[in-house]
Parts: sequence; C-alpha cells; structure tokens
Amino acid sequence: MTIKGKAYIAGIYEHPTRHAPDKSTTQLHAEVAKGAIEDAGISKDDVDGYFCAGDAPGGAWPMVDYLGLNTKKLRHVDSTETGGCSYIIHLGHAAEAIAAGKCSIALITLAGKPRTGVMPPRAAGAELDFESAYGATTHNAYGMCAMRHMHDYGTTSEQLAWIKVAASHHAQYNPHAMLKDVVTVEDVLNSPMISDPLHRMDCCVVSDGGGALIVTTPEIARSLKKPLVKLIGHGEAMKGPRGGKDLDLTYSAGIWSGPRAFEEAGITPKDIKYASIYDSFTITVLMQLEDLGFCKKGEGGKFVADGNLISGVGKLPFNTDGGGLCSNHPVNRGGMTKIIESVRQLRGEAHPKVQVKNCDLAIAHGTGGLLGVRHAASTAILERV
Amino acid sequence: MSEAKKYPAPVTNPETAAFWDAAKQGKFMIKRCTACGEAHYFPRSICPFCYSDKTVWEEASGEGTIYTWSLMRKSPTGPYAIGYVTLKEGPSLQTNFVDCDLEKLKIGQKVKVVFKPTDGAPLPFFTPA
Repeated sequence: MTIKGKAYIAGIYEHPTRHAPDKSTTQLHAEVAKGAIEDAGISKDDVDGYFCAGDAPGGAWPMVDYLGLNTKKLRHVDSTETGGCSYIIHLGHAAEAIAAGKCSIALITLAGKPRTGVMPPRAAGAELDFESAYGATTHNAYGMCAMRHMHDYGTTSEQLAWIKVAASHHAQYNPHAMLKDVVTVEDVLNSPMISDPLHRMDCCVVSDGGGALIVTTPEIARSLKKPLVKLIGHGEAMKGPRGGKDLDLTYSAGIWSGPRAFEEAGITPKDIKYASIYDSFTITVLMQLEDLGFCKKGEGGKFVADGNLISGVGKLPFNTDGGGLCSNHPVNRGGMTKIIESVRQLRGEAHPKVQVKNCDLAIAHGTGGLLGVRHAASTAILERV
Repeated sequence: MSEAKKYPAPVTNPETAAFWDAAKQGKFMIKRCTACGEAHYFPRSICPFCYSDKTVWEEASGEGTIYTWSLMRKSPTGPYAIGYVTLKEGPSLQTNFVDCDLEKLKIGQKVKVVFKPTDGAPLPFFTPA
C-alpha cells in the first residue's frame, strides 16, 4: 500500500496579511478556506474532508460549523496536532483518506494572530513538573541545538548566517514579505544575541496570517484548471529525550520522516529541484538539510555557505518566498507555507526572479514543537505531472 | 538575579510524589529499572526502555556534566541559562544553571545539583562543581 500518486494538491492560498488587528482568528480561517476553494475552482459544498490543528478555535466541530461546510457531505475529519508540521501531516493523512475512499476533496486550514491576539498555551505532558520551571522557549531550545551542533561539528555563526542571507535574497521579490531588505552575513552576526549562539537575525518573524490547501483525487484534479501537482511520498516521525538516554540534540525526527518519504517517492535528495525547509531559526534549516540527506550529518554548515540555497545561484534553492525568516510565520507555525511555496514552484507560479527552471520535484519539510526538547517532523515530496 | 527569582511549585502526582518528598530532604532521586538495569529521568513507573514495571527509586550523586546550554539574554525575570546535564548515572535532563557567571558556561563542564525553594517542594538546578 502506498499513497504515491493517490492525491493531488488542487488548491492553495496564503493569506497576504502579516498584521491583522481588525480580524478574528476564525475569520482568517474562513478567508484562507475561501481562497483555496476558489484557487481550486470548486465549491465549498463539494468539500467532504476537513483537517485542522490546535490553531483552529474550538477544534474540528466548531470550525466545520463556522465555515458552513456541507455536513450532509462531510465524511472525514482529522485534527492531528503536531505543532507547525501539523499541516504536512494533514496532507499525508488526507492522501491516506483519499486513497481509502474516505473522502475526495479535503480542506486543510491554518490561521492565527500571534502579533495581535492571544495564542493558545502549549499543552503540557507528564514532564510538566520536571521542565516547566526552566523556561524552555523556542529561542533557547533551538539555541541549545545550535550550541551542541557547533561543539560536535565545528558549525559556525557565519555558516548559519548564510541561511538568513539566502532567505533575504528571495524575500526582496515577495511584496507581502515582512522583511524585504537583503542582508549580509555581517548584518546577521552584528544583530543582538538573543539566546546563545542565536542572533536576532537567526530567528524567524512573528506574523499573523494563515493558509489553506485543497487535496483531491487524481480524477477530480484533472477536471480542474490548475497545473497538476501530486503527492508522491510522505513521512512523519517524533523525537524526544525519552528518559534522558543517549541525548543527541544535533539531529531531529526528520532523520526518520525524510527517508520514509523518499523511499515512498522512489527518489533521492539529489533529484529534488526545490526545497521548502522549515526555518523557525537558521539552525532548524541546517539540521533538517542534514537529516533529510542533502548533505552528511555535520556538513550542513559547509552546504549552506556561499549562497548555495539562493535560487539561480546555488545548488538547492530553498524557501523562495522568503520563508519564516523573512516573509511570514503564521501562528508561529511553518508547515502550511512550506507546502504552498512548493506548489507554487511546481506550478511555475513563483516570482519569476526566484522560479526554479524545470521544477518537477519539490520537498516540503517541517517540524513542530521544540527541536531541543520534544518535537514532530513531517516530510512531503511533491511532483509536477 | 537567580536568588530573587520565584519558581513555580511542582504540582506533583502519585507517580512522582516520592521524588518531591525526597527533594524536601535535599535528596535528588532518579528511577532505575531492575529488569534492564537502565536509569531514566524524569521518573516513570513503567521503564520507558523495556516496559518492565520493576522500577525503583535511587538517590543519584547529583553530579554530571553540561551536555549543552543557551543563555537567554532577556526575559521578564532577567537573563537565565537553560541546558541539559548528563548525570553520572547516565540520564540527561533539562535544567537551569544558577549561582555562577552564566557567560562562562562550557559544554563538558562538571556541575552538581542544588535545590531552590518554591512554595511547595524545592526544584533541582545545577551549578558548577
């Protein structure tokens, strides 16, 4: 059994807002749902599967009701919550449901207002009493990974800075990007230290916004007008300190989700023309590139240096929308926008200055939770038909 | 700064109450599985490695080395250093480093446990040995 080629992404929509004091979170969900439904060229009454995560106020049933989905037709829901990679996992689960005949047109939504609204608290597990007092935040949890990666492999702040530099080169062409200025390695190194060894410019932006996808059967996708993009491989995985044994913060669950996706797709990292890699911090990208097999473990620093991630310059164009480091990071989550820019690249709809030529294979990879504590990862491999 | 910082009292539960009772006596406890021999942290009743229920409390030395750390330069309660310590007994755990120059922490540095009071049971932290 495989989901290879069983599901197509027929609709995408990224909310243009980065600052939404005048909108509600549910309103943003509705706006992105409407956008993706219109992009696909279907009716909301055709949707028979709905996927949302922890950012959806109240969860699946209040959202289905609020969005006015057709409950006579809706027959599959999934509210898997794995932080920022939830939507990449949803994409895989939607393909599974479509392959099993449990739904034929799935809607996935993400939206929220970390800049202008209240964010739901992170749910706590059994570790609560043994960890919550120590103040793990995104900044220092990823700082701890970077610190150990530097210790074990000699990775440098200059190498990490190249990731931000590449993102900024792409963001200059995105009219919606929060940070459009091209920056240099020196700019990153001269920005204030936030949590050692990460500087301010090693960190992503905080933005309101959202995004949505329509996932459907090959037959329905072919009946619509958009260029065809199919899911050919998918993986998901989780990692944590597991009782404190053999702690190693230099790799992520991507080391398992990536190979699962590549094996299903029947391709290797060398075949990938464009990569959307979650970029909550520069170190997030570097570790994921290693874990996914774009380079050997420990060689990520060398791999990202000297513009290797810049479209038209390097070997692996990444995050051509500017990514979380420069464009947006709706709900402090990256998975949705990673899929959307991959689909744009495969459709040939990316900005001409960053569009990858003959882009037929792309990867969208994300993590959720805290890499330095416990987290999930998910990998999707997409192909232009 | 760390002296003045107020830490939340642990809620505790039946599975972990013995840890916090011992902490009140200044003892730092870990769990060890008598079936597979592995120690783990934080404490569980079922061994996370072999799933045996034959886990027992053991007083740990409280000594370890810094696996990694990160100094949060600003926060509402001031700068603080988070990190992981690998205990002499094996398991690694998340903690804060206290009572020292936070800018001079180093991976591999020897540290020892120190308890800080809360309104309930005291919490374990680590400081250079």
